[in-house]
Amino acid sequence: METVVQQLQGVPINHYLIFCAIIFAIGVIGVLIRRNVIIIMMSIELMLNAVNLLLAAFSVQHGDSSGQVFVFFIMALAAAEVAVGLAIIIMVYRNTKSVDIDSLNKLRW
Amino acid sequence: MTVFYFVAFLSIFFALMTIFTKNPVHSVLYLVITFFTFTVHYILLNAQFLAVVNFIVYMGAIMVLFLFVLMLLNLNKDTEPMKSNLVKFMGVIAGCCLLVTFFGVYRVFDISNPLTVVNPEIGLVKNLGKVLFNEFLLPFELSSLLLLTAMIGAILLAKKEPKQI
Repeated sequence: METVVQQLQGVPINHYLIFCAIIFAIGVIGVLIRRNVIIIMMSIELMLNAVNLLLAAFSVQHGDSSGQVFVFFIMALAAAEVAVGLAIIIMVYRNTKSVDIDSLNKLRW
Repeated sequence: MTVFYFVAFLSIFFALMTIFTKNPVHSVLYLVITFFTFTVHYILLNAQFLAVVNFIVYMGAIMVLFLFVLMLLNLNKDTEPMKSNLVKFMGVIAGCCLLVTFFGVYRVFDISNPLTVVNPEIGLVKNLGKVLFNEFLLPFELSSLLLLTAMIGAILLAKKEPKQI
């Protein structure tokens, strides 16, 4: 464990910022370019994970464990979100026989 | 130090593969690998509890749920709806604009001091448990209520409607 901590020394916090921003942007691009609802939910998971990693990095930097507790709550929330979201997707698939997001435009005015 | 950059490169590569692969099942598998690299990141941060939870909850539970739904709906490459190339190009441009905005904000802030572990003990289960059950006891109980609601909601939504007589 000591060697792992030594490995960590020297990585600046803004490299973590840049890395998480790139992952978050990849998630946003995934939401924008895909039409499969399941892939869109996976991109949202990617964005949540980027934010989680950044919270953990800042928590380690400040020596305050509240950030890691917050990450724990976000993970519980993500699990609930995925369960309900996938149930809704199954409902939609049963009614429309497709997972295309463009088949859900009935509410558009 | 080089471990971080190597694992970060792997994460970005597999995240890109996740959103650009046509086959949804391959997409889920690439996302599993991405989450595994995130677990390695948590270990590098000495956040052992989060690493274990990420491994079990994200890779074990959530991704298997995605995989089950994909198999249940029988999706493959032929039924995959794709957007036109123009929309894809515009999406990538919009994402890059977001990235440029983030980098501009970071230049203003200019935080570049190296990450130092102030207290290497904070990520361990013992300390996190103490914090979780002292300061965050009410949110913890509320999250149990949230999970119960989500479970009931998921069962109610996914259940087949009874036949009308």
